[in-house]
Amino acid sequence: MNINMTLIGQTIAFAIFVWFCTKYVWPPLSNALNERRKKIADGLDAASRASRDLEQAQEQAAQTLRDSKEQASQILEQANKRSAQIVEEARDQARAEGERIIAGTRAEIEQEINRAKEELRAQVSHLAIIGAERVLEASIDEKAHRKLLDELAAEL
Amino acid sequence: MAAGNDVTPTAYIQHHLQNLTFGNHPENGWSLAHSALEAREMGFWAIHLDTMGWSIAMGVLFIWVFRKAGKIATTGVPGKLQNAVEMVIEFIENLVQGAFHGRNPLIAPLALTLFVWILLMNTLKLIPVDYFPELFMRLGVDYMKIVPTTDPNATLGIALGAFFLILFYSIKVKGVGGFAKELSLTPFNHWALIPFNLLLEIIALLVKPFSLAMRLFGNMFAGEVIFILIALLPFWAIWLLDVPWAIFHILVVTLQAFIFTTLSVVYLSAAHEHH
Repeated sequence: MNINMTLIGQTIAFAIFVWFCTKYVWPPLSNALNERRKKIADGLDAASRASRDLEQAQEQAAQTLRDSKEQASQILEQANKRSAQIVEEARDQARAEGERIIAGTRAEIEQEINRAKEELRAQVSHLAIIGAERVLEASIDEKAHRKLLDELAAEL
Repeated sequence: MAAGNDVTPTAYIQHHLQNLTFGNHPENGWSLAHSALEAREMGFWAIHLDTMGWSIAMGVLFIWVFRKAGKIATTGVPGKLQNAVEMVIEFIENLVQGAFHGRNPLIAPLALTLFVWILLMNTLKLIPVDYFPELFMRLGVDYMKIVPTTDPNATLGIALGAFFLILFYSIKVKGVGGFAKELSLTPFNHWALIPFNLLLEIIALLVKPFSLAMRLFGNMFAGEVIFILIALLPFWAIWLLDVPWAIFHILVVTLQAFIFTTLSVVYLSAAHEHH
């Protein structure tokens, strides 16, 4: 327990250890700690930025979806309208065509009737002449009575 | 009590509290002291080989481990060693930030050195008291006191180192005049009270290293004596007292290193402050 040179030796040892620690031990460790602190702070920053971006992107996606849905319903409505129109047009066309065909047929029938009447008239006049001939027994001049007979036939 | 039955308890305790001293004996010249008396007769020109050896070994261990951690330190995911070392570093950084209000890049490494070095030296105390004295006795070395902080030379030596730094920074920051003014004109700012102030302030200044050294030495030495006394019990009873005392000393060992470090930082902080 005597005080002796150990005192001085300890002071010197202490000074050397402090010097060495200050120069070679402390700086790398302290730097590593500070750098890691900075890196973590940066990482946290980046994470919060990314989450903000994600939120924005999600909002955008929802907006796009809403827009496209609206557009689709518009297109559908238009298509429906158009198809109704087409059907209406087709119906009108069909009706007109039908009427046209009916009219044509009617005219044809009329024509046939007229022709039949004409023929009938001719034959009747002919038969009348033959009948008269038979009655008169060729005493009548066909030529002389032709005009009279034609007039008669026209009255039928 | 490994020293055998032929040794009295007093002799046993004295033996365990004697440092391995090498010095200039008036009769034997430069030699190892073979008794406490011889060691005392050597006076100031002697050196405690065990104190020096163990303290330097602990200092080198500290430097080696921390240097190794510093070399492999990455900013990425730290390994186990790096983690442990970084915990100590952060602890010291917080301590210095809380207690030191100046700007000085030396303070934090200084506090780290003080804390870890003293902690390691104190921890040697948890090694059973007989191991090293007995081992060295077998090797032909008379004395071996392995805990450097139970030697007042060691604690006072470290405290003197801190004291020189306090003086150095007081003069560097305040100038010789400023420092002299602080010593002579506080706490009573009147010319007639300068001698009184000087006396007061110089005592206050000198008490700083002395209290640092004595607090650490006292705690460690007292603990060591208790360990030695416990070792005098019959071998089957030793653990009954030894284990609680050792567990308690895990606290004391850490606490004393912490107190020494914190007070050194506080004193150095005061040295940097203008009044």
